[in-house]
Amino acid sequence: MEDTKRNKLSPRKRLTNFLVHLLLAVLAVIWVLPIFWIILTSFRAEPGAYTNTFLPQGYTLANYIKLFTDRNVLNFPKMFKNTLIIAICCCFFSTFFVLSVAYSLSRMRFKFRKPYMNIAMILGLFPGFMAMIAQYFILKAMGLTEGSAIRIGLIIVYSACTGLGFQIAKGFFDTIPRSIDEAAVMDGATQWQVFTRITMPLAKPIVIYTVMTSFIAPWVDFIFAKVICRANADQFTVAIGLWNMLQKEYIYQWYTCFAAGAVIISIPIAILFIYMQRFYVEGMSGAVKG
Amino acid sequence: MDKKEISVKNALIHGDALTKLSAIVMGAGMIGHKQIVKGLMVLACEVAFVFYMIGTGLHSLSMLPSLGTQAQEKVWNEAKQIYEYTVGDNSQQILLAGVVTCFVIAAIVLLWILQLRHSYNLQKTLEKKGHVPTFKEDIFNLFDKNLHITLMTLPCLGILIFNIVPLVYMISMAFTSYSKEGEHLILFDWNGLTQFQRVLNLQGNIGRQFFQVLRWTIIWAIFATFLNYILGMILAMIINRKDTKWKAFWRFCFVLSIAVPQFVMLMIMNIMLQPSGAINVLLKNLGWISTSLPFWTDATWAKITIIIINLWIGIPYTMLQVTGILQNIPAELYEAAKMDGAGPVKIFFKITLPYMLFVTTPYLISSFVGNINNFNVIYLLSGGGPTYVGDTAGQTDLLVTWLYKLTVDQQYYNLGAVIGIMTFIILTIITLVTYRNSSSYKNEEAFM
Repeated sequence: MEDTKRNKLSPRKRLTNFLVHLLLAVLAVIWVLPIFWIILTSFRAEPGAYTNTFLPQGYTLANYIKLFTDRNVLNFPKMFKNTLIIAICCCFFSTFFVLSVAYSLSRMRFKFRKPYMNIAMILGLFPGFMAMIAQYFILKAMGLTEGSAIRIGLIIVYSACTGLGFQIAKGFFDTIPRSIDEAAVMDGATQWQVFTRITMPLAKPIVIYTVMTSFIAPWVDFIFAKVICRANADQFTVAIGLWNMLQKEYIYQWYTCFAAGAVIISIPIAILFIYMQRFYVEGMSGAVKG
Repeated sequence: MDKKEISVKNALIHGDALTKLSAIVMGAGMIGHKQIVKGLMVLACEVAFVFYMIGTGLHSLSMLPSLGTQAQEKVWNEAKQIYEYTVGDNSQQILLAGVVTCFVIAAIVLLWILQLRHSYNLQKTLEKKGHVPTFKEDIFNLFDKNLHITLMTLPCLGILIFNIVPLVYMISMAFTSYSKEGEHLILFDWNGLTQFQRVLNLQGNIGRQFFQVLRWTIIWAIFATFLNYILGMILAMIINRKDTKWKAFWRFCFVLSIAVPQFVMLMIMNIMLQPSGAINVLLKNLGWISTSLPFWTDATWAKITIIIINLWIGIPYTMLQVTGILQNIPAELYEAAKMDGAGPVKIFFKITLPYMLFVTTPYLISSFVGNINNFNVIYLLSGGGPTYVGDTAGQTDLLVTWLYKLTVDQQYYNLGAVIGIMTFIILTIITLVTYRNSSSYKNEEAFM
């Protein structure tokens, strides 16, 4: 079967096919190699960032154990807990904000609709940092930059402006036929009931997508967290912790732990991402079509 | 009723006594026209506003023009025999309070207009023996035909307080002397367009750095956007070729790199490419090089390295995003081209690329904007370096990373704000020009 098929292809085509697969294999190696290397490093027995060999000489689980038990220098478990709390709250607020705005813009017609979308576009052109530094001053004026109030500050910073990121969810809502809503309204449903009982169940994929993206945000952002936490070490999030492990004073002792930490936070995010992939693609092509 | 008739002017001229009264006592018109609870709420807003203005608002407004004059001073306390510090003015807090007060005033003016028009509307409705919605009905409507108000109030407040107010605050800093230069960190003054002149003056040190950073920012954004776009598209096409086997496997290999958080990957790349990092070690062990390659220490090397690493990060994204659109290209186009004897390269440039450009112009614009503001890649890879002595901007700094360095590291807040405004202006121009000239804007209907 395989042979007859192969015989049908001309030698030229067979050569192209071979070259294409070779190219893909080389590219795949380039793309997978750094990931593979970081996983190996997380099990490396020798400390330090720079070693004389590409592959580790000995393997150990000590890096992972140290990461979760050493609380004196860099308290990773505490950071993990902080980030988890922030992520859960953010997830709740952001999802509500994004879906509310997206639904209103997609389904309701009101005077402020077009201006809102234009304002959102204009605000998107400002560098994110410009607002960030002033946000710090505002949070400071509100007393949210000291002690455990920093957590509230971070939750606010991560979720307050999410109403600007409505595009993908709106694109999805736009694809749900309006006739469904109209039928429900005929049967006496209020807009609120349409939103909660009809649109939400139909939009499950985009709800899940929004929940996941807003859950991931605090884990992968490090710059907002760094500016707002400043030197309050017990409020650090995982991202700042990982960044600190690579600073001069820690890198020799902590480099392999950094690799372990990277692997640990990458696993859940990778799983979420691979699951979300199809919504990402759908949202993208939907937004472009619209 | 005609909507135009309900205006502030008409309300003040033709309104009855109660409507006119609500120009001073906000909500009076509503209370008098059967909407007592709503009216009382509006009145409460006015009372709160008055208390705010008397309490702090008027003071902050009056301080705004001078931004404070009283420096902190050491005063000898005769009784306690010690030096005591008097509380001086803090210009940064004064400016913030002033900006916030301006927003509060704008909000109350808006409320004033709305309530006046609403009272007039109520009055007219009552005159025509129409139905005035009760408070209960209003609440019900908030969950029905006015649902957008319920849903959008909180998100809009969030954006207003944590995006618009900070932006206005930061923009206003550009016109002050708020900077570590000349010790203006606590007390500073308005100084007009001085900072803008500095940035745009090519002869000055700051101006020279600005244009150098701007040039690299634009070169970077062009390379990062278009190389990623074209190479990602080619990769997607190679994987989707009819004769390519194990499509899902190849796709998985590339998607895996997106799944790892970007900042982790960038930091790892930074370490791997250090003079004694893994890549140099590998190359040395293989005997290909004898001295380390200067990935981050040489400006040109650093620039090329950054662009290449960005390809590593960006190509899988593009591949994911364009896969669906590529499959939408009408097959007839390809068949016709093949009939005419066009080769794969010609087909790509004559059919695939124009089609994709047509469909994805908005995406390209947003990714261009994203790249100009791409903080993470530069900050985590090269940190903007290498930096020459005496410069605040490194050779690979983008406008955003320079903005970060100027504000967070150097505390030159006014200069940072100017850079931010310039970035915004440049982006606005680029966006408008490309969007206006794009075929999807000129001809919304169809491709070709």
